[in-house]
Amino acid sequence: MDYSQFLAMKQEIGLLIVFLLVFLYDTFMPKKALNGTSVFTCVVFAIYTALCFCCCMTDTWATTFSGMYATSPAIAAIKNILNVGALIVLIQSCKWANSDEQVVRRGEFYELLLATLFGMYLMISARHFLLFVIGLESASLPLAAMVAFNKNRYESHEASIKYLLTAVFSSAVFMMGLSFVYALAGSLYYTDIYCAISTQPSAMLVLALAFVLAGMGFKLSLVPFHLWTADVYQGAPTVVTSYLSVISKGSAAFALLVMMVQAFGLVYSQVWEWMLYALIILTITVGNLFAMRQRNMKRFLAFSSVSQAGYIMLGIIAMNATGMASLMYYILVYVFSNLAAFGVISAIENNCGKVDMDDYNGLYRTNPRLSVAMMLAMFSLAGIPPFAGFFSKFFIFTGAIQQGSTAIYVLVLIALINTIISLYYYLLVVKAMFINTENGCVIAPFKSACSERLGLWISVAGILLLGIVSCFYNSLLELCQTYGIF
Amino acid sequence: MESTMPVLILAIPLFTFLLLGLLGKFMQRGMAGVIGTSAMGITLVLSYITAFTYFFSGNPLFISAGGDRLQAVIFNTVWLQFTPDQIDAAGQIVKHGLAIKLGFLLDSISAMMLVVITTISFMVHLYSNGYMRDHHGVCEKGFQRFFAYLSLFSFSMLGLVVATNIFQMYIFWELVGASSYLLIGFYYTKPSAVSASKKAFIVTRFADLGFLIGILILSYYTGTFNFTELTSVPVEGLNDVYAVSAGTAEHIRSIFADSKAPLFMGASVMTWALVLIFMGGMGKSAMMPLHIWLPDAMEGPTPVSALIHAATMVVAGVYLVARLFPLFLMQTSALDIVTVVGAVTALYAAMVACAQIDIKRVLAFSTISQIAFMMVSLGVTRIAHTDALGHEVHEGLGYMASMFHLFTHAMFKALLFLGAGALIHAIGSNDYTAMHGLRKYMPVTHWTFLIGCLAIAGIIPFAGFFSKDEILTACFGHSTVWAIWMTLVAGLTAFYMFRLYFLIFWWKEHKVHGEHVPHDQPWTMTLPLIILAAISCVAGFVPFGNLVTWNGHPITGAGFFTNLDNLNWNVAVISLCVAIIGILVAMKMYRKENPLPEKMRSALPRLWDWCHHRFYWDELYMFITHKIIFDRVCKPIAWFDRHVIDGTMDSFATMTNRLSVAIKGLQSGRIQNYVWVYLLGALVLAVVTMLCVL
Repeated sequence: MDYSQFLAMKQEIGLLIVFLLVFLYDTFMPKKALNGTSVFTCVVFAIYTALCFCCCMTDTWATTFSGMYATSPAIAAIKNILNVGALIVLIQSCKWANSDEQVVRRGEFYELLLATLFGMYLMISARHFLLFVIGLESASLPLAAMVAFNKNRYESHEASIKYLLTAVFSSAVFMMGLSFVYALAGSLYYTDIYCAISTQPSAMLVLALAFVLAGMGFKLSLVPFHLWTADVYQGAPTVVTSYLSVISKGSAAFALLVMMVQAFGLVYSQVWEWMLYALIILTITVGNLFAMRQRNMKRFLAFSSVSQAGYIMLGIIAMNATGMASLMYYILVYVFSNLAAFGVISAIENNCGKVDMDDYNGLYRTNPRLSVAMMLAMFSLAGIPPFAGFFSKFFIFTGAIQQGSTAIYVLVLIALINTIISLYYYLLVVKAMFINTENGCVIAPFKSACSERLGLWISVAGILLLGIVSCFYNSLLELCQTYGIF
Repeated sequence: MESTMPVLILAIPLFTFLLLGLLGKFMQRGMAGVIGTSAMGITLVLSYITAFTYFFSGNPLFISAGGDRLQAVIFNTVWLQFTPDQIDAAGQIVKHGLAIKLGFLLDSISAMMLVVITTISFMVHLYSNGYMRDHHGVCEKGFQRFFAYLSLFSFSMLGLVVATNIFQMYIFWELVGASSYLLIGFYYTKPSAVSASKKAFIVTRFADLGFLIGILILSYYTGTFNFTELTSVPVEGLNDVYAVSAGTAEHIRSIFADSKAPLFMGASVMTWALVLIFMGGMGKSAMMPLHIWLPDAMEGPTPVSALIHAATMVVAGVYLVARLFPLFLMQTSALDIVTVVGAVTALYAAMVACAQIDIKRVLAFSTISQIAFMMVSLGVTRIAHTDALGHEVHEGLGYMASMFHLFTHAMFKALLFLGAGALIHAIGSNDYTAMHGLRKYMPVTHWTFLIGCLAIAGIIPFAGFFSKDEILTACFGHSTVWAIWMTLVAGLTAFYMFRLYFLIFWWKEHKVHGEHVPHDQPWTMTLPLIILAAISCVAGFVPFGNLVTWNGHPITGAGFFTNLDNLNWNVAVISLCVAIIGILVAMKMYRKENPLPEKMRSALPRLWDWCHHRFYWDELYMFITHKIIFDRVCKPIAWFDRHVIDGTMDSFATMTNRLSVAIKGLQSGRIQNYVWVYLLGALVLAVVTMLCVL
């Protein structure tokens, strides 16, 4: 056997090494040194991320394990984007992980997180449904444990159980769909499926695709498969929520793109374009309508992330290289924007234990820096120029428009109207912080921990920088055109 | 020429602005004044060197073998590239894309303006160090801010005059407007200052709308922003890229001269473009009917009035017309409009100046009138021909005269304003009624003010005599009617200036109130007065005909110190007589306290009222804006906006909100329900798709 083909899996192997290093450090280091676990993890992971940026963007297409696994610079790029997000989450989690309550299982948290990231890598790179399912499960199941990490809190348990049950159910539906696919194609390789399914759709294919989309809809929290989102986001530790909302969602979106194009690309216009079309409209609209009513910040961001998922799906329905590049760019921007928002929420929660929007009244007067960071995050999520969010929305609409059909124009129009609705609730937060007067129980000024500030600085820098510097999108577009899958 | 020096001329004031604006709070107030003044001093030296190099170095970049002065583009960098350049296979640029450039254009008028701006600005900086303090020498609040604004203004004005293209000029034009706004409203706690700054900004901004449209029309038809191409003066050396191709020059000439451009409402669109551009100039230079902001702008600190509203910014309109003069020369109907607007404004402002009480207002209207002189002078300029009196007129004499007057006027008007500032600082009031008979108390101010008055009245050998004489000669060369008209205005000028002079320094003995005896101001304030007075005495001998002409070609026979030989003595004697008559009348009426002015006022009550109320222009504007625009136009639109548009939007919002309430129940919190919805969702999706697709 030629072991050199393992070299294609550089990123997975690197991640595995990080995982092992953290595991060994946590297991065998003397008790005194354990206080450094968080720093150790962050530093090692940061080095790994930097190395990935240096080494993995220059290769070309590579497949291994008889074509079950594939990678290309575009795929390396999305993994790098996820790495950046994960790194910010790791940094932001330091304070929480070292709190008295969590300190005993600090190491496990990092290991579980890295394990899920590994699963996501596999989902992205899989070219065979078997590998994909392995990735999917190893990305989902440890997350259930992470959701339950606030062991002594009732809500955390509830959230974990809800997450686990829905995950199991969705996996079942997904597998059901896969079995139909296997029945149709006789193989689980994407390429085989692509060749085997006829362009004349059958009832079984429609059912299979509906179930596959439903299974992925769970991970992406597309409406109507999103109902778990709010409860889980609210109950889970805030760090886990931010990880769920950004990294998990981003990887699933890209994996879905690859799967839909490479396995089911031929029946795009006959079948799944319309399914996705309906799901996008539902997701954006319903997510917005629910987000308007939320008073709990975490639930609020849960529904906001539901509607953001709808926008991300526009990159898939575009079915072209621009769509793929704008989807990656959207995820990149979304990583920074959402993590900035969650960073602020978690800083406030860690210091004062408050998560309601009403508690944020008058925050600007007591904690101006946090308020400004939150404001930038909200502006970016709402898509106000010149912040990054505006450009990501702009590019994703551009990609969709390039697909060219009238129906897509209508879809983009609906999405545009929805951005106006979303502006309302994002600005509610800004209004609370800057305009509303405090109602007696204002959050006292506090100095957030060093790690929290670092995480926020990175996120805010990302929001501002991506808004000003345009070369990121251009290089992503170039990657997607050169190493495209269309 | 090295391009470092021009860069520094622009960079130093900008840097000073940033330094004082951002870090001013952390330095002592006096320190800010010292920094601002010394930075301006350096800029002054650099500008003098630049201007000297341009005029006298004999560098082939600046002067051709035949002795013609040339336009030199010192540097020109792309600031915004809108459309890319088209490049052929060999890498050569075939066609330039649309780009906005920032650069430094050196020619005779921009070199002259560099001298004017930096001189006046430096004097004003120096003067402000004394003026912006109270009687105990303590700096006023906002001292640093004041100097920061002054630097910003100097930067913008310098950028304006050295613009290589009309768009750069427009950018700096707006910057100048903005810094003028900031400086007029410097005392932002005073409501009158705030409303004056708003008025100035809105009126000039309105005029700039015309300017912008004019720029767009002009560049659309000519295909270029660059002055060198628009005015088709050959550029030598330096950048071949900016050199005018014969084709471009021919194209511009053809659409202007041979009326290849389409017609709009009976006039060529190029005439429209020039008139619209001139409208921008009318706003900045306070030509009627857009003059209403300038008298109110006197609410700003007096040094600001001297710098911005007398010497530099307000002549930007004249400068604009001069800059585009070759184009105007090809569309003489536009020049006729310039003449009429200028002549009417000159008479109007001179009449109003006779009936004002506030000394700064008198000076403000005098400024309007003098700028109108420059406009008229540009307007009557034609290519060589013989005039009505049978004398041959020098080619482009009016252009030279206008620039000459711009130069001399800047000096003596700044002098008068700074003198007025010294008076106001000493007395604490703007009205001459509070002054009277100050000559003994403030000798330096008195003598310098007198020199300023003599200069503006046009008495030989002070600066104003020469420039005004050239203007009148140019007028006689074009049309006798306008020449007589302008001569009368010149007489009126002498009258109102000496009316002001006698009412301030003579009329009756000054009543000293209590301990406070008015006296001359500290050296920081008197020194600029003395320097400017000295310049006003000798500026008339600068051989402008040799230095500044519309096409760079010296006016025949002009040498150094030959202004006296060149005078058209017929005109000079007439204008001198008229000026002396004006002064004598003023002397008779105002030298000693007497009932003559009161008698005259009651004899012509209407005229006095109209002049005193500035012919009710402000009231007219109030009527038009409030009664017609606000009530008849804006209110219905506001109603439509509030009820129809907002109503529609509100109903969308209400609907969205209702919907949101209606589907609230979906999120029950029960996992069983969630799973049901999930499964149903997947099945419905499948079934609906099947129904549609199969």
